[in-house]
Amino acid sequence: MADVTAIFATLPRLLDANSELLRTGRLLNVDCLLGPIDLPLLVSIRAGCITEMRALPKTMPSWRFGYTASPQAWIEYWRPEPKPGWHDLLALTKRGEAHLVGDLHPFMTHLQYFKDLLALPRSLVSGKPA
Amino acid sequence: MSGKIEPIVGRYVHVEIDGVMHRIYFEENGSGIPLVCLHTAGSDNRQWRHLLCDEEFSRHFRIIAFDMPWHGKSNPPDGATDEYRLTTASYTGAIRAFCAALSLDRPVVMGCSIGGRIVLNLAIDHISEFRALIGLEAADFQQPWYDTEWLNRPDVHGGEICAALVSGLIAPQSPENTRRETLWGYKQSGPGVFKGDLYFYRVDGDLRGRVEKIDTTICPLYLLTGEYDFSCTPEDTLRTARSIPGAQVTIMEKLGHFPMSENPVQFRQYIAPVLQQIRQIG
Repeated sequence: MADVTAIFATLPRLLDANSELLRTGRLLNVDCLLGPIDLPLLVSIRAGCITEMRALPKTMPSWRFGYTASPQAWIEYWRPEPKPGWHDLLALTKRGEAHLVGDLHPFMTHLQYFKDLLALPRSLVSGKPA
Repeated sequence: MSGKIEPIVGRYVHVEIDGVMHRIYFEENGSGIPLVCLHTAGSDNRQWRHLLCDEEFSRHFRIIAFDMPWHGKSNPPDGATDEYRLTTASYTGAIRAFCAALSLDRPVVMGCSIGGRIVLNLAIDHISEFRALIGLEAADFQQPWYDTEWLNRPDVHGGEICAALVSGLIAPQSPENTRRETLWGYKQSGPGVFKGDLYFYRVDGDLRGRVEKIDTTICPLYLLTGEYDFSCTPEDTLRTARSIPGAQVTIMEKLGHFPMSENPVQFRQYIAPVLQQIRQIG
């Protein structure tokens, strides 16, 4: 679990270095839950940039949607060549390894953005630029 | 002329489908056994451009790929106002009418995704009309994995959502340029067309309990599915094939839901022996 959370902490830096993804998300403003199912992170996105990412507050957290997955799912998703069925966010929900909940509108309007954002750690493993 | 000109030729044929005239766009190349190729839901015949240009295949096959009505350059018919909705009957009718309009003699039909599903229906109801049938990413049924209501609503960009949904069906090993080209087709589909196609796929075209009557001694049936296709999974295809004596199944490595367009080189090594077998059958 620690590894998954630590890898999530790299997302803002990886995103800032990806101009195509920043352009795709330029109209996106949302607070959402991302990360491991048991220990999700509250992520604030403004104009496509991650402006804040912190542990879910114990009192009165507010967010529009959540995409959370088992630690194994994240590790598999981040492999340079993920295995069949572990290679896509919606493949993970179909196999029951991930949960997609809440008001899905911002997620669906920016579906490719979220797929690509959450795949950015693949570059850490492969050594290739994201 | 110094520019490279591809051998593909595009034309229109006027076809009556279920009492309505349609102006159907098709592309073709080659000569020999007619091979009709069916594109996936919400896309068009450009998915087949690599196969159409294949020098070896086109020496032995007249390869033809048409845009389904409402797709690509086949416009909606004159006066069409209703929401587009594909059914088993209308899809089957369109394919048979197109083949008849071109006077094709017992063509081979190869379809992908919805095209793979309808190939099974051709095998169930019209098998004697065909020389061989090839279903890519084909099964009698598969479990839905998203709500199709997202595909056509005014507050969501239809092209972006259609492409983003299917992007995960492409194998991660597929080249970036052919991956992007495959998704470009989805970004260009008309509003509601992908959703209308999925009415056939999700609602009307459940073939469970019907595929058992397919007689592969009349016409061979080949089923090929990519290992990364989590919409029509290899397990879906294998389950379907178990109900059809004589069906020949191949699970394709490092390929997803769009083998002919997402990675034409990888796909070629799987389809070449199938086409070779069909040639030998004659």
